[in-house]
Amino acid sequence: MTTARTQRFAFGCIWLAAVFTLAVLALVVGLIMVRGLPSLSIGFLTGTPENLGRDGGIFPTIVGTIVLGLVSLLIATPLGIGSAIYLTEYTHESLLTRAIRFGTESLAGVPSIIFGLFGFIFFVTYLQMGWSILAGGLTLALMVLPTIIRTTEEAIRTVPQSYRNVSYSLGATRWQMVTTAVLPSALPGIITGIILAFGRAVSETAAVIFTAGTALNLPKSVFSPVRTMAVHFYILAVEGISLEKAYATGAVLIVTVLIINVIASSLITRLVRKQVRR
Amino acid sequence: MKERSISFILLITAFGALVALGLITYFIFQAGVPLIAKVGLWQFLAGSTWNPTAKPPAFGILPMIVGSLWLTFGSLVIGVPLGLAVAIFMVELAPAWLAVVMRPAIQLLAGIPSVIYGFIGLTLLAPVIRATLGGPGLSVLTGAIILGFMILPTIIAISEDAIRAVPIAVREGAVALGSSHWQVITGVLLPTARSGIIAGIILGMGRALGETMAVIMMIGNSLAIPVSPLQPATTLTSNIGLEMAYASGQHREALFATGVVLFVFIMILNALATTFVRRPGTSRRSA
Repeated sequence: MTTARTQRFAFGCIWLAAVFTLAVLALVVGLIMVRGLPSLSIGFLTGTPENLGRDGGIFPTIVGTIVLGLVSLLIATPLGIGSAIYLTEYTHESLLTRAIRFGTESLAGVPSIIFGLFGFIFFVTYLQMGWSILAGGLTLALMVLPTIIRTTEEAIRTVPQSYRNVSYSLGATRWQMVTTAVLPSALPGIITGIILAFGRAVSETAAVIFTAGTALNLPKSVFSPVRTMAVHFYILAVEGISLEKAYATGAVLIVTVLIINVIASSLITRLVRKQVRR
Repeated sequence: MKERSISFILLITAFGALVALGLITYFIFQAGVPLIAKVGLWQFLAGSTWNPTAKPPAFGILPMIVGSLWLTFGSLVIGVPLGLAVAIFMVELAPAWLAVVMRPAIQLLAGIPSVIYGFIGLTLLAPVIRATLGGPGLSVLTGAIILGFMILPTIIAISEDAIRAVPIAVREGAVALGSSHWQVITGVLLPTARSGIIAGIILGMGRALGETMAVIMMIGNSLAIPVSPLQPATTLTSNIGLEMAYASGQHREALFATGVVLFVFIMILNALATTFVRRPGTSRRSA
């Protein structure tokens, strides 16, 4: 084959791969939406599940998902932002930062089922929290911590050095410089990280099912067990309880993830635009 | 004084991830290692019978190790060429408007819950495979195809970063020598970005090895060692996920022991990936 023909063939294959990938994404989203939307209604979103979820709605699982996500963010956000500030503003590359980075990278690679096992043995059993929002939230917090650290670190690194210099020249202490010059400028990036972390918490099943439980009741306190939407979807599908309700729950899950992604990518776009203007 | 205490508090938060990793390692190991010691490491890894509730119980995880390897390998066969092609597409070929669509699309691909993928495998792909290729449908092949798509975002993101990081001078040099666009890609860009691409593949491998709920839904969960991709199987993760729901006593210990094996595999992969890319977390985007 001539060079030109080889290139045309190769580029054809690459185009095909890209289109195919988009098509698969469209198929997954489309299928769940098409089969799920007809059984979606306000009653489904606000109703209580009956017969293990065969009838009724999914309100308690929506509450469970949101509460569990918020609890995990409440714990992971200060830890993650603090960690990122320390790594970027308070220290230079050293053995210590390498160790901390190793910890973050490794934690990011730990599979969710391992988090589930750990949360079960440590929070649920050893610390006697039982299957609860607290145990599930703590487990999820550790899981999303690397996401928040990384995105915050990247956001802080995009803040121009001149901001820091100006702040120092006005007599600011390091902490004043961080809070008045660095953090406000890095805020969209940090929020993006938090939103993506919430998305991970919403999608998670393996780490949640062994730590927060599968109870279908509305939680009364952080010590109550909950069932998230993803866990509910899994149980409906695997135990063959109701395919119709599974599709409907799946549609709610997809819409939630879509909203989260749209917010996150619009924030990123704004961030990029801001950088270009500089 | 205030400054110093703030700096100290920040230092403590910075240790959060490391402490978490330490706690996870310690508690998983102390819950699982005693059983491995009792059964014997070799018996545990190479035993082909898993019957934890029998008398006497049998704790051999070879079927799950084989299942995990099959599935991980299969997902790479799908995910690597596709992921690499999409990464090349996004850096080199995509028109601006399409690149704008691709990025959030890939992010969405990563954001879709794994149980949704498992469900697609279970309800859509498995019947197709059963009808066209035979077998029970819920099989290694079904799992590998879907998992291949699930690891795409990891492979794409890291390969894309690596390809973009190739210095413009290297590319210009190749063009100046009269290379076609495709020759620049295969002769210069991919070889230069090789270590990053390999890191992406290894991280994708880690994701495939660690995925649990989707695998349970697709793979048929048979304890026999699979000899063909059309047969059902069990993996290290899917067995933990399935049996943790009701296991107790020694059975539960054995699941934690399986977790230990999985954890060691994953840590080896992570270590490999970080040697290929020194700092995958803070990529070129931060520069």
